[in-house]
Amino acid sequence: MKRTNELIVALAVMAVIVVVTWGLFAVGDNMSEGVTPFSKDVYQLHNQILGIVTIIGVLVFTAMFTSIIVHRKSRGHEPAKFSHSTKAEILWTAIPVLILVVMAIPSTRVLIDMESTGGAEMNIKITGYQWLWKYDYIEDGVSFYSALDRDSNRVRQIGSGEAPESVDNYLLNVDNRLVVPVNTKIRFLLTSDDVIHSWWVPALGWKRDAIPGMINEAWTLIEEEGTYRGQCAELCGKDHGFMPIVVEAVSREAYDAWVAEQRQAIAATAQESSRLWTRAELMDHGAGVYEAQCAACHQADGSGLQPAFPALAMNGEPTGQLEDHLRVVLDGREGTAMTGFRGRLEPQDIAAALTYARNAWSDEEGEIIQPSMVAELDQG
Amino acid sequence: MSHDITAEHDEHHGPHHTGLARWVFSTNHKEIGTLYLVFSLIMFLIGGAMALVIRAELFAPGLQLVNPEFFNQMTTMHALVMIFGAVMPAFVGLANWMVPLMIGAPDMALPRMNNWSFWIMPFAFTLLLATLFMPTGAPASGWTLYPPLSLQGGNSLAFVIFAIHLMGISSIMGAINIIATILNMRAPGMTLLRMPLFVWTWLITAFLLIAVMPVLAGAVTMLLTDRFFGTSFFSAAGGGDPVLYQHIFWFFGHPEVYIMILPAFGIVSEIIPTFSRKRLFGYTSMVYATASIAFLSFIVWAHHMFTVGMPLGAMLFFMYATMVIAVPTGVKIFNWVSTMWRGSMTFETPMLFALGFVVLFTIGGFSGLMLAIVPADFQYHDSYFVVAHFHYVLVTGAIFAIMAGVYYWLPKWTGHMYNETLGKVHFWWSTIWINVLFFPQHYLGLAGMPRRIPDYAVQFAEFNMISSIGGFMFGIGQLLFVYIIWKCARGGEKATAQVWEGARGLEWTVPSPAPLHTFDTPPVVDDSVAVHKDNLA
Repeated sequence: MKRTNELIVALAVMAVIVVVTWGLFAVGDNMSEGVTPFSKDVYQLHNQILGIVTIIGVLVFTAMFTSIIVHRKSRGHEPAKFSHSTKAEILWTAIPVLILVVMAIPSTRVLIDMESTGGAEMNIKITGYQWLWKYDYIEDGVSFYSALDRDSNRVRQIGSGEAPESVDNYLLNVDNRLVVPVNTKIRFLLTSDDVIHSWWVPALGWKRDAIPGMINEAWTLIEEEGTYRGQCAELCGKDHGFMPIVVEAVSREAYDAWVAEQRQAIAATAQESSRLWTRAELMDHGAGVYEAQCAACHQADGSGLQPAFPALAMNGEPTGQLEDHLRVVLDGREGTAMTGFRGRLEPQDIAAALTYARNAWSDEEGEIIQPSMVAELDQG
Repeated sequence: MSHDITAEHDEHHGPHHTGLARWVFSTNHKEIGTLYLVFSLIMFLIGGAMALVIRAELFAPGLQLVNPEFFNQMTTMHALVMIFGAVMPAFVGLANWMVPLMIGAPDMALPRMNNWSFWIMPFAFTLLLATLFMPTGAPASGWTLYPPLSLQGGNSLAFVIFAIHLMGISSIMGAINIIATILNMRAPGMTLLRMPLFVWTWLITAFLLIAVMPVLAGAVTMLLTDRFFGTSFFSAAGGGDPVLYQHIFWFFGHPEVYIMILPAFGIVSEIIPTFSRKRLFGYTSMVYATASIAFLSFIVWAHHMFTVGMPLGAMLFFMYATMVIAVPTGVKIFNWVSTMWRGSMTFETPMLFALGFVVLFTIGGFSGLMLAIVPADFQYHDSYFVVAHFHYVLVTGAIFAIMAGVYYWLPKWTGHMYNETLGKVHFWWSTIWINVLFFPQHYLGLAGMPRRIPDYAVQFAEFNMISSIGGFMFGIGQLLFVYIIWKCARGGEKATAQVWEGARGLEWTVPSPAPLHTFDTPPVVDDSVAVHKDNLA
């Protein structure tokens, strides 16, 4: 009599738990399947293990809630006297071990595959900075920075008064995308220039830390053309939430065309650093460089964020001598978040940003800095 | 027994202080236990307020309330305050109160050191919280203080490190005291395998504390010299290694996780048999499972850092070792369910919290097993999935167990019954909203939202809003907890010595409230008193 009672209740309880569990899966998001063989393996592994733990959970909770419903004092249930069963305890130690072995086999297989970075057709070096990424295409000689796009950057400021919904891909868009060819095994070499970052694009199926002084490896092979977005995943300071990643996977032909275009731009840049610039050109270019590289800490109006990030201008006047200013920009300031920009930016970028920072908030016309002067002062 | 003489007993213990001095100079385990518990409750509210700042900022996309720098200070301080200020002192407080009562000892083995262990804590937390008001602000590099980021902060880092040293000293002294008490002060007949499981779990926890708190102290001292004295332990430019810090930190950090859950296992193992009116199922295997978990906690640390780029062999080792933890943990869950099975259950507030613990901790355990799978961890790591996971084990795990313990022993401490109806309201309110708070965070992590970000892409808006609502409602509900405790301390229905019909063990043989001095004459313990032996027949 009592046995049947427990069985009926157990079935009812299990039905309720299954419905609740199904509901929890139905309303929520699951991991994305991604677009690489590896991400699909991970997705499958995730679903398998989620399935296994869900089944175990349903069984355990069914037993527990059946007991809660049937074996209660208010129903006059007398407590049983047992407190031990070697058989049961051996069983519920051995069965989980077997389940774990079943889980470990595919996990090991996928992991070994993931770690095989050999046979790559191209290499891209990823360097993390506070708070943007740099991509170096080793074979193709292309290299650029990739930072949060201007629209997101404007809207994300506290009290901007603009709705995040008004920006396309708010916080997930960049100025320069990482363009890669599809169906190509790409090896990534990850490192950092300042603190630890972590490069994560969910559609590729992994994240990997970018650590100063070390080079980590990872690889991908994207099977579908498209745009895939991600973010820095390791806390890297105040703008950790604002250094997105955008990967654009294109056909081999489109990629080759893009490389050719980039090379032309590089050639043009080299010329730029040796010619004389006008004040207007410097200010115009400098505004962009300043916003991308400096404004996060020193603020758009140069007022800084005291006391961690000093002001660049007081009452409109630049603080400090030009030469000191340039040296800090080139070498950084040890023990602070100010990193050196030597080698990170072209001479004309530094010259323009300095010109901007020393003129933008002043009513009077201050000094302008030519790209050639940057190289000179740097040596002197 | 000995309680008739307790009234004139005080002269054996030096001058009798009153007012504030009574608490400052107390060497009594019950008073110090109370101090720890009150301190922990205050820290729980402060840490909770910080969590609400975080959830308020994350209520909607865009930055509305705080700048990112302060947001990072909040995530860092919230964790430090909750871990070192709320959860750990609460367990020490419960141990102070209950361990001597459970093993029939008159007090802790080292009462003066016990006083010092506690009184270091307010100073440590004054230092820690003071950093919020310093010019460079509180630490903002996460509670893990990973270099090089943590070295970029201001001089407040030195205060944080000194505070951590003080907390470590306090924890180690507390742990020494608990070990000395349990190994030396047990009443005649209280053999190790007759001890209540709460005592067992704390004995093992105390060894973990002594083993790993010095490791943390070493790690943060190296941070200190890197930041202020020109060393390069963790700076690659100077020949150091930033990842070395993570290895050392997590060698402390993983056992630390179990320091915060093993005593919870002990509490739940006391409560479930009481309200099931049945012996704890598989007492011996529970003890062995606890010891196994403690051992395994030392060899799984690198699962917190699978993405730093380890050799394949290391990743496989740490994956397998981590997966193995599921076995002893599973044994515990199965034993609790078997304890309930065919019992005669009632559902007073302590039991409700214990049952909530079993269900929700199990969910946290499942996500923990998923996180052990390295390839999948490459997706979960540093996402909100992890945030959901560790809040399930820490809030609905550790904190629910602490609340269960507080309701369970409150009548013994105060001599009054708490308001059962309000207690049940507190349980249901907390359980509903804590799931609204943390369950959607699994979805956010799987959808790709990184943790520790002050602002997010608009596709994450819905679940963040739900989560924030859950956070605020859960937070408000905890004021009810404070009210219930306050009311119970002030008065209420008189509690009997036994308090709960199915309760067994020495602590229920002394009157309620427990007199200041108990077991001056050791009780004699045999199988009829031992908790796990059936004496209901």
